[in-house]
Amino acid sequence: MNKTYRTFGGTVFDAANYIVLSAIGIAAVLPFLYVVAGSFASDTELTQRAFFIVPHSFSLMAYKYIFSTDTILHSLMNSMYVTVVGTLVNLVFTVTMAYGLSKKNVAGRNMIMNLIIFSMLFGGGLIPTYLVVRELQLLDSYWALMLPGAISAFNLIIVKNFFQELPPELEEAAKIDGCSDLSLLWRIVLPLSMPVLATFTLFYAVGHWNNFFSALLYINDPEKWPLQVMLRQIVLLSQMAAGSADSVDYNYVQQAQQSIKMAVIVVGTLPILFVYPFLQKHFAKGVLIGSVKG
Amino acid sequence: MKIRTEPNPGSGSVAAAAPTASLGRTRRWAKLKKDKWIYLLLAPGLLYFLIFKYVPMWGILLAFKDYQPFLGFWKSSWVGFEHFKIFFGNPEFVMLLRNTLILSFYNLLFYFPVPIILALLLNEVRRAYFKRTIQTLIYVPHFISMVIVASLTYVFLTTQGGIVNGLLEKYTGSTIDFLASPDWFRPMIILQTIWKESGFGTIIFLAALAGVDVEQYEAAIMDGANRWRQLWHITLPSIRNTIVILLILRMGEVMDNGFEQIYLMLNPLNREVAEVFDTYVYMMGITQGAFSYSTAVGLFKAVIGVILVLGSNWLAKRFGQTGIY
Repeated sequence: MNKTYRTFGGTVFDAANYIVLSAIGIAAVLPFLYVVAGSFASDTELTQRAFFIVPHSFSLMAYKYIFSTDTILHSLMNSMYVTVVGTLVNLVFTVTMAYGLSKKNVAGRNMIMNLIIFSMLFGGGLIPTYLVVRELQLLDSYWALMLPGAISAFNLIIVKNFFQELPPELEEAAKIDGCSDLSLLWRIVLPLSMPVLATFTLFYAVGHWNNFFSALLYINDPEKWPLQVMLRQIVLLSQMAAGSADSVDYNYVQQAQQSIKMAVIVVGTLPILFVYPFLQKHFAKGVLIGSVKG
Repeated sequence: MKIRTEPNPGSGSVAAAAPTASLGRTRRWAKLKKDKWIYLLLAPGLLYFLIFKYVPMWGILLAFKDYQPFLGFWKSSWVGFEHFKIFFGNPEFVMLLRNTLILSFYNLLFYFPVPIILALLLNEVRRAYFKRTIQTLIYVPHFISMVIVASLTYVFLTTQGGIVNGLLEKYTGSTIDFLASPDWFRPMIILQTIWKESGFGTIIFLAALAGVDVEQYEAAIMDGANRWRQLWHITLPSIRNTIVILLILRMGEVMDNGFEQIYLMLNPLNREVAEVFDTYVYMMGITQGAFSYSTAVGLFKAVIGVILVLGSNWLAKRFGQTGIY
């Protein structure tokens, strides 16, 4: 196919296409490269040189600075805790419910499914949900970041459909061997669902790591802030310190220099980049699972 | 067992009904007991939906009450549609509607075509490793948090040592305060969206493109069709349905601008173009404590949202079934 239509115009198009796509590919990651370079540069270099990927004056000053206090480290730990425990909560809630709903003989199954679908369409909204969390005394608790989003209805339905498509013979055989529903889930269904569960583990984990909104809403204690909220304090609010009412008076936040901000951004991005190879593989699959379902 | 409980035609039906019912109940009980693990497994999820989805829905009643913290949910008095009247009479309502719709419209106009074009360009690439490399690069921003995206925007565009203003000053002698300028807010938001999502947005179109039969291209080449003709007559028609359906589904989301992105880029100086329903609800409710009023605003937005989603889904289904012809 390739050779039959090698025309001059086609070759020009191909060349242009490769150049354009290369430029777009670079544009997608260029901001990071600059920020990484900037985080190792001095502020004088940042103001004097226009754009660079390799800093002349290599310094670890910015990193020493942000790790000289516990602030960043602390929020990193908070984020990690919420991500790990929160993802576990997501998986337990989603898998148990999906497994229950995958059984056709469960009483009220259709009604439950309809209620779940309705909740995807319409919700109480921000304030009523906030008040429920407040009434449960969950404000300033990490549970407020884990429980209100414990199940994504969309993920739940996909996992349920996957469980339903497992061959029923396996279940029958296990039942005859005296397997209870619980050990069936644990010993047969879960091991068979590992690829799907890996996808959703990543979905949920990235969601937790990147989540800013819940923490903004439910966590007021700066000691408990996850990284995303801390990032905003340092990079955004120090920018408009005068303008914003809810900026917290963090002493060094106010005077944060460009290189320090960049170092904070790098610290906040690195964990995602570490898991990116897995993400790319599974997320592309996840998008298509969602769109092709019947 | 069943035969024995069958009501005897000779005996009174009232007398026979009672044992049948009780036996039905024990049998149902036995069935429940047999499936006890299933119900136990369902319990946490059911509780979740009840507490965090359905209790808040019932909390919407707040929109029709005048919530006073010291009186609580129950004792606060009913005010009917008072909050809605205030909201619709408020000039801010027009501002919110305008900002929301304009942002959605810009998004449709400037962002929506980008993933399609990008997918078409990628589809023309014959070297698999090159295509994979580009895909690997352009998916990255999708996984970056909105806070990081906003942070990058700030670091790049700030007038205090940001690279863009540094270059502007060098070549034009003046700087632009992008972050505080109402004129630059919308372009900034759309550019963020294009940078963050257009790469990832190609996936669905690439999947549709992968389904095109290669023989069609071969036949077209035999007939002397050049690249443009192939694109126009084979490639584009093959993803037309996907495009139309995604476009319709997006129509259902015009009320949603994404809270985090707007909130992070919003400040008192660009508020007149930046404030949308979601950020307004947050400000009025959480920051200023007007729970009832902001619940009413949220409810208004949610109801319009449901109507739009249902309408657009109905349309998409019609297109899905009948094709586009």
